[in-house]
Amino acid sequence: MKIVTLPKENFTEFIEHLRAFGEIHAPTKRSEKSIVFAPVSDLSEIELNYTRTILPLKKYFFKPVDVMFNFCPEKGYEVPIEEADKKYVIFGVHPCDIHGLKILDLVFGGRYADTYYLTRRGKAAIIGLDCIADDLCFCRSTGTDFVDSGFDLFLSDIDNSYLVRVGTSLGDDIVRAADTLFHEVDKEDRDAYKRKSIQRRESFRTEIQLQDLPEIIDLEYENEVWQEVGRKCLSCGTCSMVCPTCYCYAVFDGLKLDASSGQRKRRWDSCLFKDYALVAGGHNFRAERASRVKNRYFHKQRGFVSQYGRPSCVGCGRCKAHCPAGIDIVDVVTALRSEIRV
Amino acid sequence: MFSNRKNKSDENPYLPKPARIVKTLPQIPDHQLFQIRFEEQEMAETFKYRPGQFMMLSVVGTGEAPFSISSSPTRPGIIEFCVRRIGHVTDALFKLPPNALVGIRGPYGNGFPIEKLQGNNLLLVAGGLGMAPLRSLLWYTLDNRSKFKDVILMYGAKNPDDMLFKYELVNLIDRTDVKCLLTVDKKDKSAIWKAHVGVVTTLFDFVDINPSDTYAAICGPEVMFKFVLDALLKRDFSKDRILMSVERNMHCGVGKCGHCMIGYKYTCLDGPIFTYWDAINLPEMV
Repeated sequence: MKIVTLPKENFTEFIEHLRAFGEIHAPTKRSEKSIVFAPVSDLSEIELNYTRTILPLKKYFFKPVDVMFNFCPEKGYEVPIEEADKKYVIFGVHPCDIHGLKILDLVFGGRYADTYYLTRRGKAAIIGLDCIADDLCFCRSTGTDFVDSGFDLFLSDIDNSYLVRVGTSLGDDIVRAADTLFHEVDKEDRDAYKRKSIQRRESFRTEIQLQDLPEIIDLEYENEVWQEVGRKCLSCGTCSMVCPTCYCYAVFDGLKLDASSGQRKRRWDSCLFKDYALVAGGHNFRAERASRVKNRYFHKQRGFVSQYGRPSCVGCGRCKAHCPAGIDIVDVVTALRSEIRV
Repeated sequence: MFSNRKNKSDENPYLPKPARIVKTLPQIPDHQLFQIRFEEQEMAETFKYRPGQFMMLSVVGTGEAPFSISSSPTRPGIIEFCVRRIGHVTDALFKLPPNALVGIRGPYGNGFPIEKLQGNNLLLVAGGLGMAPLRSLLWYTLDNRSKFKDVILMYGAKNPDDMLFKYELVNLIDRTDVKCLLTVDKKDKSAIWKAHVGVVTTLFDFVDINPSDTYAAICGPEVMFKFVLDALLKRDFSKDRILMSVERNMHCGVGKCGHCMIGYKYTCLDGPIFTYWDAINLPEMV
């Protein structure tokens, strides 16, 4: 992989340079505790030392509410025209969120490729940024604390410079178009990167054992833990909304007031919502809250492994950070493994 | 109405294609057989599917829902769906005027493993609306009769007035190339019903099945599955020779929206036909 360095004194110019490749979106402060990905007009708006945004990057490619078709009796279903060829540069994406995108790419790609997701995905450059973990992060356990693909450029802070890994041809174009900003990597940079790597490793304080979790989940399918978590859970679906890899959606048709035309839309859905597995006629395959909670864990940690060869959790900590009932995946997994009460 | 686009791999997989309801055949109260034809001539003539597959059907302005195909691919041109009026999409479907346009896309799902079934005896066990997907397999086997050994149909309904495809199936009773066993839980008052009375599993007393060269295909209400499975297992059926067609909530039909997930399989991609072995390895299934 091509690696260069970007001295920090060139950073402002680098961000300005990125504008040539699309509208810049980056982590910005919405309030004291809230960081969100949003368009930035000035470098000073970018929060370089954030831990996690409220919503992950899926909001750009798989929108919370998305128009799938416009319809009317005369023309039938028509795909709405998107803003033609508007490009984006999403700056400051942490490794866990890049892994989240790679997982969504698997789901929305494949045999029936989701044109909405993939079209938008193709219009955004991803510029990664490394991070220091807080107590909620467990990406080291999920193997998502480091990425080697899924970004166009990836910046690692090595004190006076950023080490810049070039992941794609587009990333190389960005570097080449401003090559005076970048330097070759020297021995000092390599040593600094290795020192930083140790420092970063030591920042991880939360661990869960995921290696044979699929088997444990099969063994503990009837464990009382599910009932207990079910009693706590409010079925609010917040964990699904903030999860970088939750991709469920519901489709619905809406009519204009005069009923002459309408839109088929999809919106984010959650397997924790009561009507998620409800079929016409009234039978609900997951009427009990505990069964829905169990299904969510089962799908993330067991089902996804069978389908795609890896769990779909990326250890970002958002579900723990935002659950109003205080349900913590680390506690649930620990309880399943050792019968400690949650 | 609708854009007439060919089926291309890079096209929007969610786009319904225009199709016309050319005929509706009332079955029993709140159940109709809809005969539907793609508006585009070439599409109508070349459309291929397998028995056991389903399609997503849209009523403009109301929504979209999955329906199993009731017709057999051996009779191309028209696709048939046996529909129970039970939700908002089916309600809108029943209210459409004659010759109305709807949107359809598919076929989706695995369908029955026809290649594996060939050369074997087939035992079809249906209850209630479960006859809808099995009718496709039934006519497929009868239209390819030489490729299968004995074909047995067991179909149970609550009472004679609730039996789907009643006249079509009654006409099979006298045929020698298929054993058609019909039953009702309760006789009607007029006592016109001359066939068997009793739950569908009581029909097992009338057949002699060799489980080693027979595949069983089951579809029906949840309660029926259990009793039919017991009857088959008692007769030493291997778990992967029992095929079940299952129902789940679906919004996309193409393995994205998540709703039809059972354990680690999508009903829409990996199903809706599962073997009993699949079923016991999938949580929540049986």
